[in-house]
Amino acid sequence: MPKFGPTSKISRRTALAGLSASAALLAMPRLGRAADETIRIGFPTPLTGPFAAEARDQVKCAELAVKLANDKGGIGGRKVELLVRDDKLNAGEAATRTLELIEKDKVHAVVGALSSAVQLAVNEVTRARGVIYVSISQSDTINEAKDFSKFTFHEALNPHMTTAAVARQTLKKGMKVAHLVADYAYGHEMLRGFKRAQAAIGADNVGEILHPFGAADYSTFMPRLMSMRPDVLCISNFGRDQANAIKQAVDFGVKQQMKIVVPVILHNQRLAVGPDVFEGVVGGANYYWGLETQSKSAAAFNSAFKAANGGAIPTDYGAYGYSGVGSLLQAMQTAGGTDTDKVIDALEKLQYDLTKGPQHYRKCDHQSVQPVLVLESKKKSAMANDNDLFAILANDTGSDDMLRSCSELGHAT
Amino acid sequence: MDLSLIIMQLLSGIALGAVLVITALGLTIVFGMLGVVNFAHGALFMIGAYAGLYLASLTGSFWWGLLLAPILIGGFGMLIEFVLIRRLYGRSIDDPLLLTFGLSYILVEGVRIVFGSDGIPFPTPPQLIGVLDLGIGFFPRYRLFVIALVAVVLLVLWLTLEKTRIGLIVRAGARDPTIMQVLGVDIGRVWVAIFGLGVGLAALGGVLAGPMRSVNPEMGSLVLAEAFVVTVIGGLGSIVGAVVAGLMVGISISLVALFAPEMATIVMFALMAVVLLIRPQGLFGVRGRTA
Repeated sequence: MPKFGPTSKISRRTALAGLSASAALLAMPRLGRAADETIRIGFPTPLTGPFAAEARDQVKCAELAVKLANDKGGIGGRKVELLVRDDKLNAGEAATRTLELIEKDKVHAVVGALSSAVQLAVNEVTRARGVIYVSISQSDTINEAKDFSKFTFHEALNPHMTTAAVARQTLKKGMKVAHLVADYAYGHEMLRGFKRAQAAIGADNVGEILHPFGAADYSTFMPRLMSMRPDVLCISNFGRDQANAIKQAVDFGVKQQMKIVVPVILHNQRLAVGPDVFEGVVGGANYYWGLETQSKSAAAFNSAFKAANGGAIPTDYGAYGYSGVGSLLQAMQTAGGTDTDKVIDALEKLQYDLTKGPQHYRKCDHQSVQPVLVLESKKKSAMANDNDLFAILANDTGSDDMLRSCSELGHAT
Repeated sequence: MDLSLIIMQLLSGIALGAVLVITALGLTIVFGMLGVVNFAHGALFMIGAYAGLYLASLTGSFWWGLLLAPILIGGFGMLIEFVLIRRLYGRSIDDPLLLTFGLSYILVEGVRIVFGSDGIPFPTPPQLIGVLDLGIGFFPRYRLFVIALVAVVLLVLWLTLEKTRIGLIVRAGARDPTIMQVLGVDIGRVWVAIFGLGVGLAALGGVLAGPMRSVNPEMGSLVLAEAFVVTVIGGLGSIVGAVVAGLMVGISISLVALFAPEMATIVMFALMAVVLLIRPQGLFGVRGRTA
């Protein structure tokens, strides 16, 4: 039963028209701006310092991910822009650059960092400002409840996953294991991972030596390591420290007595010291281009990278730059924009396969569950060409079992 | 802890000290005789390693690299002195310091542009690959060679400075350049030779370090810091000081590495702090000397 007369009809029509007009007026410029506005992704990474080689590859691959998205017309019609900043491998510098990226450049998300200590500094800033951060550096602590926030995602492998995979390939019950460890977060976490894995396998720890981060000379540690008479020497350090430590261990004849194992075997460091030094060294990796024979996504990633970089091949840490930015962009596509909560939701639900097989971010701690590779450095005579550095010993499909449980990390389950 | 381990540790300390001595020597000679604090010393060390590597691959032999790189880079050093540093003598000590500081950036960036920033493998010469059984343990042949070569270089340097006429002129020129000029000595030629010698020693250190470390554009920055520490402990400008302090630092690092490995780098700075507190001019330095 109509309660109001014709006047009320008019008034309703007027009201509706007025409403929609004002809504349109309000919405039009906003929609227009949103469509034009480029999506800005901050990318702090140590372009100078001992990890520069790895950092540059990260940038190249991150740029590739952005380029591929833009070639397809952007994310929801919006262009994507990568803002690369040099964090100089310094936590304070990284925090300052990240703050600038957020406050001044108004980035929609941050991806990057290479050092375990630096990524925690970046994470401090991003979580305080409520900005999504996809870390592409190895770390265990970033997933623990203390450092975690809903804005924190971890695309890189973590020490727990890598050391477990490497230990499975190299350690046996009753073996004697010695450790040479860089004295900072990365080394400590790798050592903890190895010790946990070796305890599970039943190998014996015969000693551990901590060395200062960035040391150029390791000769002074060698006599003591040799006197421990281990079967396996685990060298847990990164970048040039890895190259120098392995080179000098080999000079001291370590390889004649024991096997050298590293948590992460680095493509660029193997190039920097040559095949003879690295021959037979076993280590974990997130990516190796040779995976293309086993994985279609690796083949696609390799050819896209080659096309963009004059035939060069992508490296391990480079691949993190690609999958870190790539997964974020996929989530933004699904979320239909850059709304932080929607993108977080999309990232948590995302199933992606960008470089090596299926990956997803575990809900409780946002750690990327992904395949882990174990590689062995090839003998010079066994190399088919200059890029043929490693043999793939294992390619473990990603599963939640690789990770510490959510409750162990302190998350509510 | 058994004795053989401690002896092996001492030996690694001496080998480490030998490289420190060679690098600190060039720095201290240039400061002592020219009053120039050469901040490009580390960069020239790095350039030496690259030059050695390049010449070795060109000639097919490490030995040519080892011989020619210090001569070539020493010549480059003479050019630097003649074109740039010479203009700054008689001015405040900061001027050549700033000049060489800037120069070091140019050199490092230049190498990055030409050779890339990744680092290049520097193979150990085939004759010196492997270890020598010393009865109490194994020691790399190459490091034993480094100890021996540094000893020879020191001996030659000492004989030249103390026993020859050139050495006499150099020492006198360092003490009083004006008198030397009055006596008719072309002091400019002495200066250019000394700077060339200092730079040549840096390059020699670089070539020697090449097969032990990875060769990369930043390899000189840490070396510069170490060379300064050694120079300060030994006394700025003192050759004997550089030798004693270099070996002392090497052995301290090595022995500390045995008991508290994570302190191995800090120990050299601790040693410097102690020396500065007790003997501010350094172990063999002359008090109040400003060159």
